[in-house]
Amino acid sequence: MGQFTFPVEAGQIMLFARSVADPNPVYHDAERAAEAETAGIIAPPTFVQSSAQYDPDYPLRPRTGEAWFGSGREPSGVTEPASGGGRLHAEQHFEYFRQVRPGDLLTVTSVAGKTWEKTGRRGGKLLFEEQVTEYRDAAGELVVRARGVSVRPEKPVEQGAN
Amino acid sequence: MALRGAELKVGEVREQVLVEDLTRTQIVQYAGASGDYNPLHTDEVYARDTAGYPGVFAHGMLAMGMTARAVTDLVGDGSLTRYGVRFKSQIWPGDRLTARVTVAGLRDDDGVGLVDLDVVTVNARGEEVIAGYATARVE
Repeated sequence: MGQFTFPVEAGQIMLFARSVADPNPVYHDAERAAEAETAGIIAPPTFVQSSAQYDPDYPLRPRTGEAWFGSGREPSGVTEPASGGGRLHAEQHFEYFRQVRPGDLLTVTSVAGKTWEKTGRRGGKLLFEEQVTEYRDAAGELVVRARGVSVRPEKPVEQGAN
Repeated sequence: MALRGAELKVGEVREQVLVEDLTRTQIVQYAGASGDYNPLHTDEVYARDTAGYPGVFAHGMLAMGMTARAVTDLVGDGSLTRYGVRFKSQIWPGDRLTARVTVAGLRDDDGVGLVDLDVVTVNARGEEVIAGYATARVE
């Protein structure tokens, strides 16, 4: 189980909305959002993914002074793949209990869920792993619950997940 | 504005083009915003020479995030109660992605009106890249 704190900021919401190509003013324009039904800026539906920025153990972020598995002088900076680097995303589910807003201080708690195996299209074994993440506000109220499923593919270009 | 359930018909389909020509830069933009810097998505040399893919491909979550726009453009802001997808095939630079949102049903949950949606995003070849569901409150 991992736990960390995720402070929600208007700037990060704006950058996230841009990155998913959503120009909706409720994600970046405080004046127009105040007049909208949301009565202020809210975060887009998949925004809590960016809590990864605050996860101290998140494996898919380069760290100063540590080898990174992406390319530099060589096609990879390490000889062993990083944990998480070879896994692909198979499913993602969100349940929303209230809107995420700038100023929220969310506590993020993840627990491992079920694991299961399937036989892939090429006959290899695919190992699926579920992770359930809860985002709670400063009062302890549940804001978003997320369930992700990842899979380690049998071959690099196995279709069916990313 | 929250959507009025009466404005929706079961079986009604809305299509929305999410991106005409997905760029590597947008994939990098998503990496920076989300914090997922996996070089499979951001580093052509790594993706090709180390990992054995034809090149970089998009985060599945980029497609899920872009597809959310088609859902919220239909149901309104702040009304989603759930949203989930399976990632069905990879999304490559150059892809044209279109979301197809189908009204699957209208129901009443303890006095709260809800609309259930089937949500699919397809590439230019008509292949589903993500497929899932969303539920939103309606008036």
